[in-house]
Amino acid sequence: MSVAEEKKLMKGNEAMAEAALRAGCRAYFGYPITPQNELIAYMARHMLERGRVFIQAESEIAAVNMVYGAASTGARAMTSSSSPGISLKQEGISYAAGADMPIVVANVVRAGPGLGAIAPSQGDYFQSTRGGGHGDYYCIVLAPKSVQEAADLTYLAFDLADKWRVPVILQADGMIGQMMEGVVLPPERPLDSLPKKDWAVGGMEASRREPNHITSIDLVPESFEKKIRARFERYAKIKAEEVRFESVSCGYDEMDVSGGTGAGTGTGTGTGKAGCSAEDAELVLVAYGTSARVCLGARKLAEKEGIKLGLFRPVTLWPFPEKELARVSANGKPMLVVEMSMGQMVEDVKLSTLGKCPVHFLGRVGGVIPTEEEVFAEVRRILGR
Amino acid sequence: MKKLFGHPESLERIQTKYCAGCGHGVIHRLITELIDEMGIRGHTVITNPVGCSIWADLYFKFDSVQPPHGRTPAAATGIKRLLPDHLVICYQGDGDLAAIGTAEIIHAANRGEKFTTIFVNNAIYGMTGGQMAPTTLVGQKAATAPLGRDPVEAGMGYPIRVSELLSQLEGTRYIARGAVDTPANVRKTKSYIRKAFQAQMSGVGFTMVEILSPCPTNWGMSPVDAIDWLQNNMIPFYHLGEIKNQLEAVSASVPKEAAK
Repeated sequence: MSVAEEKKLMKGNEAMAEAALRAGCRAYFGYPITPQNELIAYMARHMLERGRVFIQAESEIAAVNMVYGAASTGARAMTSSSSPGISLKQEGISYAAGADMPIVVANVVRAGPGLGAIAPSQGDYFQSTRGGGHGDYYCIVLAPKSVQEAADLTYLAFDLADKWRVPVILQADGMIGQMMEGVVLPPERPLDSLPKKDWAVGGMEASRREPNHITSIDLVPESFEKKIRARFERYAKIKAEEVRFESVSCGYDEMDVSGGTGAGTGTGTGTGKAGCSAEDAELVLVAYGTSARVCLGARKLAEKEGIKLGLFRPVTLWPFPEKELARVSANGKPMLVVEMSMGQMVEDVKLSTLGKCPVHFLGRVGGVIPTEEEVFAEVRRILGR
Repeated sequence: MKKLFGHPESLERIQTKYCAGCGHGVIHRLITELIDEMGIRGHTVITNPVGCSIWADLYFKFDSVQPPHGRTPAAATGIKRLLPDHLVICYQGDGDLAAIGTAEIIHAANRGEKFTTIFVNNAIYGMTGGQMAPTTLVGQKAATAPLGRDPVEAGMGYPIRVSELLSQLEGTRYIARGAVDTPANVRKTKSYIRKAFQAQMSGVGFTMVEILSPCPTNWGMSPVDAIDWLQNNMIPFYHLGEIKNQLEAVSASVPKEAAK
């Protein structure tokens, strides 16, 4: 961080909005829903002021399809919502995936199913990491644990979307969206510095090219299979290059918060840094977003009692840091997965560790956030101490 | 020597997938003739809907975007807002526009989005096999109304006159309804589309041309009988002509805006 950078006190929702502006988001389309309303309001104030496109759409469905249209012109475009609204956006996200459109969708998750509650939750993990809509596809899913990371990952989301031509989901939760923290914002991207997109529609005459057709349809099974397989080859590259996580005292050397992929703090990438000096953690906590912060507190409580805990925090929920977690599990020490759900990410943890260590689970739901004390109590129960 | 008549440059020289007697081919031709005449092929984007007319990438020699069913006006909104100097055509069928995409068309029209909707009304679902559309006439038979559309007993509702509905909204500037049943009506329809395209390029609000179009296959009749049926049943209910024309009033009140 240079001295010139100013630290601001912002809500997570506002930090995501401001970071999107600075990332060169030229079009934002949204529909009001709690707990992400500060994001759409911030965009309303600042997009029009900068001569960019802002529309309060008639529905989440319309909003995501406006994003699809805007993205097809090559512009960086974004929408945001919360869980019930994200369900509505899944149609558009599937089409964007099928047409290889880089779009950014922020989901400030609230408790479901149904209308549920407006309090924080992590119950949309399955939806976002398994595509979410119909068909065979994935989205890159980024999960911030702080306001700083909400800004950094928003900034990163636009780059990843453009680089890989996939939808990117920012998976925050009501806590991250609503709380205020100090944040150092990433630098403003001049619009003319953004990647050029030769596949986009518009300006055919100026570029003297053949027409571009943005579509997801292909009625010939063999031809369509080929396209899907090609897309999955891209997914394999994403898995190889874009896994991000934080690891504290669980087998990987301190590769975590100093990694620096975005401005400010950044997040560590696991690739090529496997310094694996196995530490003496008795148990590894596995959690992301808000529940990872709770786990950090539980870790401190444990330290006071002389119990050393590791924390493994996926930052990319897809691609999931499966290889890295597998290495952590190699020593057989138990893991405790903490989620604000009835157990969703825990399935990926089990798939990654393949029985090499016991995997325990602690979940709170309905908008309830687990406490450090109850996490620590569960740790004691598992360790018998 | 000047060539007076030929295949439009904006239209690919291939046989379409459309059935014999279908109106889409004629409508594609009208659109592409106008694009050629206006010389804006390199500045045109069409959004093509789910339904029979999904094949823009096969037929049109300009950029296209294919959105989900009914979301065509939402995607066209995104495109036109980012490419305000382009001709953006939102091509829709009656299922796309008047059923699943009702919200999208009403709000795009109400916002006065500056693209042109080409609304092809054949009173039936074509691609899926002749199901009842919102514009299916009372008594008209369909795969999902085997005894005919019955608005009362069977609760199937009434055919929607979308153009009249949208003309109530303040964001709409030009709405006309044509048909492709006779050479005279084809020419008239072309003149409506020309006005709409020119209005769009001069920056006024929402423009739409509804076009009554035959679907012999799903109406279960020959192409010739389908034209008769359209004339005897559709036109009496869906009156032809300009339903709303505020183009002159608008261009007189904001000349500078329109000149941009």
